[in-house]
Amino acid sequence: MSETTIQETKRGPLSGLDWKLFGPIAALVLLLIIGSLLNENFLSAANLLNILTRSAFIGIIAIGATFVISSGGIDLSVGSMAAFTAGVMIMLMNWMMGVTDMIWLIVVLGVVAGALIGTAAGWLNGILITRGGIEAFIVTLGTMGIYRSLVTYLADGGTLSLDRDVRALYRPVYYGDVFGLPIPVLLLALAAIAGWIVLNNTAFGRHVQSVGANEDVARYSAINTDRIKVYAFMIQGACVALATIVYVPRLGSASATTGVLWELEAIAAVIIGGTLLKGGYGRIGGTIAGALILTLIGNILNLTDLISNYLNGAVQGVIIIAAVFLQRGLGQKS
Amino acid sequence: MKRLFTTVAAIAITSQAALAEDVTIGVSIPAATHGWAGGLNWHANEAERRLEAQHEGLDIIISAAGSATEQANALEDLVAVQGIDALVILPFESDPLTDPVAQVAASGAFITVVDRGLADPSIQNIYVAGDNIGFGRSAGEYMVDRLSGSGNVVAMRGIPTVIDDQRMQGFEEAIAGSGIELMAAEHANWSRDDAFEVMQDYLTRFPEIDAVWAADDDMAQGALEAIREAGREDEMFLVGGGASAVIKGVADGDTSIPATVLYPPSMIATAIDLTVARFMSNGPVEGTFNLASPLITADNAAAFYFPDSPY
Repeated sequence: MSETTIQETKRGPLSGLDWKLFGPIAALVLLLIIGSLLNENFLSAANLLNILTRSAFIGIIAIGATFVISSGGIDLSVGSMAAFTAGVMIMLMNWMMGVTDMIWLIVVLGVVAGALIGTAAGWLNGILITRGGIEAFIVTLGTMGIYRSLVTYLADGGTLSLDRDVRALYRPVYYGDVFGLPIPVLLLALAAIAGWIVLNNTAFGRHVQSVGANEDVARYSAINTDRIKVYAFMIQGACVALATIVYVPRLGSASATTGVLWELEAIAAVIIGGTLLKGGYGRIGGTIAGALILTLIGNILNLTDLISNYLNGAVQGVIIIAAVFLQRGLGQKS
Repeated sequence: MKRLFTTVAAIAITSQAALAEDVTIGVSIPAATHGWAGGLNWHANEAERRLEAQHEGLDIIISAAGSATEQANALEDLVAVQGIDALVILPFESDPLTDPVAQVAASGAFITVVDRGLADPSIQNIYVAGDNIGFGRSAGEYMVDRLSGSGNVVAMRGIPTVIDDQRMQGFEEAIAGSGIELMAAEHANWSRDDAFEVMQDYLTRFPEIDAVWAADDDMAQGALEAIREAGREDEMFLVGGGASAVIKGVADGDTSIPATVLYPPSMIATAIDLTVARFMSNGPVEGTFNLASPLITADNAAAFYFPDSPY
């Protein structure tokens, strides 16, 4: 299966250039040039680190989404799942303040709880899809509404805020750095490397893509397609959990507005990066480029007054379509 | 003669009781999708609990809607299914909801409008008006005063809506003619996360900022986090919009957010109280009530603090 995908990408014979790979990078470079022309502070280390750190949430979630989409599925629930996970983590850690004085233990347990909740939520999506025989779109549309409502309910419609003392200890997970590299960026890089290895260099990764390319053929090839799909959704859930674990210390709060539309940003990052929406082919590197492109657009728009605020969404739309065009259109035309 | 009086009194008492038995008030408000709306829902539920305990037979039905269309549907249900005697509504948008509310009025219900006015004011019996222009103006005047009429400020706007435009208009009017320069006003959508990112980019873009106006305290708190991370909290102050956590900070003498402007989500309780009074009191209530958007500073903050409110 992986052989045919390699052949497909090589067919676009623009002097052997792989536009699926270079398209997103070209768009990224173009945005960097535009940004540096618009504002002299754009290329400052502080701004570039801001962009990288901000991309961590969507980037980490999009790594999981690359697995789900490659396997032919889709997950619309990730934004709500992140908000729900953050809400439960905060409530749990606040509650533990009354039980123990060891704040480090509270943070560790909160993080472990977050990881379990996210992974379990992903497992639930996978089980409903495979055992229940319901389309991924419908199942995750349902869980999207459920998690969003639950966090609104838990927060009484307001905001859940983490206890000050806990937050003081937890804060470095977002704001800290290792040799100048912010921890969220480090985690994004580690998740990307792990995701790349699993998707491209393991039997599981190849099975994910075969299930997405043709489920029947994969089943006849003795692949347990249901199990592969459930695992893909569990990876997505674990990625959401990791993103949430990094998100919570940033503002120390969760509310009904947490993670709104993250699912669409994650899916957009995946598709901009060259993964096929219909499944069968995934690219982790492209996904990271896609996430960076999305963050860059927002950053550049905030740094300039050239375009009316009301048109921000339109600019994003044009750039997303242009990036995918670069990646597909050019490769096919030539 | 004496007997007649007793009969009249008896009739009066029974009709009073029957009236109380009958009163059903529908409350239609936006769903709790962000902090302020969360406060709105909380105060509506508090008012329901309090008033239903006070008045036997009074039934208050709260219906939260996610959009203007949903709200119009909810109004139909309130009339058709619940048979309401009065409607308290905080309209999502003025124009689209004017006709649906007129339909409710045509069914004979008493109409109380809160916050945003309808396109046709003749429909309503009571109007409890929030002052969005005044909200922006109070913040602007405070900045002019505090910065002694000169400085560089940035603003954070909410979701592009009429409310947001009015607040911005009030703010711009207040600083017009002073030496204060409004360098940028981006939309941070009443969201902490968006405000955090917008503020980071303001900090990159402008080497010198004297003050930040956030048209909501969720945004003020997100922006403050970004300012603290950049270590520039001594350079500037923020003025926000009336969330309980911030009001507490103001009361405690916080230097980063020294003032906030009240746009009370509890105005829904005012409106429900007035509507109930229409049925339970002998005093007249119809007319327009203008609620102020007062500036809250360390001096008066204690009076505006609701520790249990989610906003």
